[in-house]
Amino acid sequence: MAFVVPKETYNGKVFEVEVGTGPKAVKIGGENTLPFLTFEGGMPNMPAVAHEVQDVAPDDWPETLQAAYKGVSSDPVTWAKHCQDELGAQAIALRLIGTHPDRQDRTPEDAAKTVTDVLAAVDVPVIILGSNHAEKDAQVLRAACDAAKGRNCLIGKAQEANYKTIIAAAMAAGHKVIAMSDLDVNLAKQLNILITQMGFEKENIVTDPMSSALGYGIEYTYSVMERIRAAALMQNDATMSPPMLNDIGMYVWKVKETMAAEADLPEWGTLEDRAIGWESTTAAGLIMAGSNMLIMRHPKAIDAVKKVIADLA
Amino acid sequence: MALSGVEIFKHLPKTNCKKCGFPTCLAFAMKLAAKQASLDACPDASEEAKSFLGAASEPPMRAITIGAGDKALKVGEETVLFRHEKKFVNPCGFALAIKDTDPDIEAKAASVAASEIERVGQKLRVELISVLNTSGDPAKFAAAVAKVASAAPEVGVILATEDPAAVEAALTHVSGKKPLICGANVGNLEAMVNLAKYAGASLAVRGNGIDAVIEMTEKAAGMGFKDLVIDTGARKAKDMVEQFTQIRRAAVKKGVKSLGYPVITCAFHDDPLVEQALAAVAIAKYASIVVLSDISKWKTLALIALRQNIYTDPQVPMQVKQDVYKVGDAKAESPLLITTNFSLTYFIVLGEVENAKVPSWLAVMDVEGLSVLTAWAAGKFTASKIAQFITESGADQNVSHKELIIPGYVAVLSGALEDKLPGWKITVGPREANALPAFLKNKAAAA
Repeated sequence: MAFVVPKETYNGKVFEVEVGTGPKAVKIGGENTLPFLTFEGGMPNMPAVAHEVQDVAPDDWPETLQAAYKGVSSDPVTWAKHCQDELGAQAIALRLIGTHPDRQDRTPEDAAKTVTDVLAAVDVPVIILGSNHAEKDAQVLRAACDAAKGRNCLIGKAQEANYKTIIAAAMAAGHKVIAMSDLDVNLAKQLNILITQMGFEKENIVTDPMSSALGYGIEYTYSVMERIRAAALMQNDATMSPPMLNDIGMYVWKVKETMAAEADLPEWGTLEDRAIGWESTTAAGLIMAGSNMLIMRHPKAIDAVKKVIADLA
Repeated sequence: MALSGVEIFKHLPKTNCKKCGFPTCLAFAMKLAAKQASLDACPDASEEAKSFLGAASEPPMRAITIGAGDKALKVGEETVLFRHEKKFVNPCGFALAIKDTDPDIEAKAASVAASEIERVGQKLRVELISVLNTSGDPAKFAAAVAKVASAAPEVGVILATEDPAAVEAALTHVSGKKPLICGANVGNLEAMVNLAKYAGASLAVRGNGIDAVIEMTEKAAGMGFKDLVIDTGARKAKDMVEQFTQIRRAAVKKGVKSLGYPVITCAFHDDPLVEQALAAVAIAKYASIVVLSDISKWKTLALIALRQNIYTDPQVPMQVKQDVYKVGDAKAESPLLITTNFSLTYFIVLGEVENAKVPSWLAVMDVEGLSVLTAWAAGKFTASKIAQFITESGADQNVSHKELIIPGYVAVLSGALEDKLPGWKITVGPREANALPAFLKNKAAAA
């Protein structure tokens, strides 16, 4: 008796979102089936990975991570070019962390200059991220949107507290937006509704469900993602149809496993492999939950993840 | 695949004789459907009824145990496709593959025996050793299995060979230890089933794809043997995701008995980082046993954590033990902070206090595993309860001061807490844990 493959029928799909311009523009999403189940649907785009760079030198990054960018990370332009030209980055995520009031408190004008300089130096798509200070981000990202006009960037993140300014600026300058809410399916839906009520196209949104590191809450992100994707595919809920993005480097490289010396915890094994592996395993897990794009930090973790993505084709 | 009362009723005598203790056969059928009665109560039940009901009440996926004693591994019994529907039942097992030609068999086996670590109060490890018959020689294989059994007596063993002669030679060394024979192919199925029956072992059937595997599981079941594990030969990430999804779906949604068995795969790759990521794919996508080519501590730490996370009950938060934890070289003058015993809260707060490099005391209060805000909203993290905990915990024995730093989100409790803890100063800390390093450093500088 031949095996009849039990196929699911889907009523909806994930929107396809293009970021960047020209031949190196990247498309994410577009699938009409659960992750990688191409025997019952189409998946036009594999998950994409962006290398993160920052507008100020990353002195707060763990040693293992700083070492990977020694000599290039004190200047965002050099750093971005290094990622694109030396490391084969598909996209650059420029995090304007220096604008945070508790950091260098750089101004929106400073940020706009950095954005202009980085955009002039690379031709891969650029994701522009604020410092995650809701109030400051509204001003910073507005200035960034203007500076980046014409480059179809992905601007993040718009949150419930600050989305109005960011959405207005992104609309005016023709960018896509990352909408982030706090690990809750209903909050994600609500934010997308608020954003589209401003006249922003739902097909120009990318959902960040709020990531968590392996061992520090990944299962919450994982299940929120599976539920968002199920709502898009099974219930044809258009507010849940944006592709999903996971900004994992910022969560992973704060945990003890990326910093503790082997001498202090011999049962944890060698530090460098352990730290890099913590980031790539976090990524692999979330790719299984439907991640369409990841923002990552360590080049070796990114390479390992790209190999697994190739193995999923 | 629950049967309804009406479906069951069709198979009952329909005499309403009341011998089962219920007024009618239909009433009895409803009780059977709710699993509140057993068919044994009906003296007139036909053989057909017994086998029909027996088959329907079997779980969609078999349970398989490998190894013996309290470190035995149980896998299978899964019922859903998504962890948010219902908790996954039995965490998958990890196996280290050791070739019978390896010069370091004992050392590698010993590393598996010593692989246990503790995470969130659970003791977790690499559970199995898979001995590969790389030599093709039954005697060499048996010798390798003997070495493994002696160097790691409590670790479950997978006999990875498709040669019945090699299995037979090796079985004496794992007698009574419920090994997994991996495995049978179309040509040797009968011989392998007989060996498995004889040895009380379970048996993996290895076919190229799902159709080949079904043929073998049906044949084995026909021989009265169902302690089976499935190996479709999927080794690429794509094949794992597709095939294991199809198998899980067939078993739990379509009641396909011939696929109602746990799945085994090998996540081998020359690049250890890629092997680790491939194993992550297998863990997430329904594998019950994941075989690895190497178990470096850094690699298994992440995989053990991922497995723990994926298999956590989504309804029951993980909790840590209530205690006053010493962070770094905390002394009597060191700050005392309080937080809740939700494991995520604990790990994040602990991590930030460690990042601060300011030795501190962290009082962790049992609120049944809720986060700070949730516990406060649920009335479990109140001024009186906190005061009681601090008084009873002996936290004041560790510190020479009487200052308690409370999470910023429950700042509203500070007045009431000062009333309940006379003599204590209540300081409101930051709302977000990631502001703790700046907070603690500023405090230390001001002191």
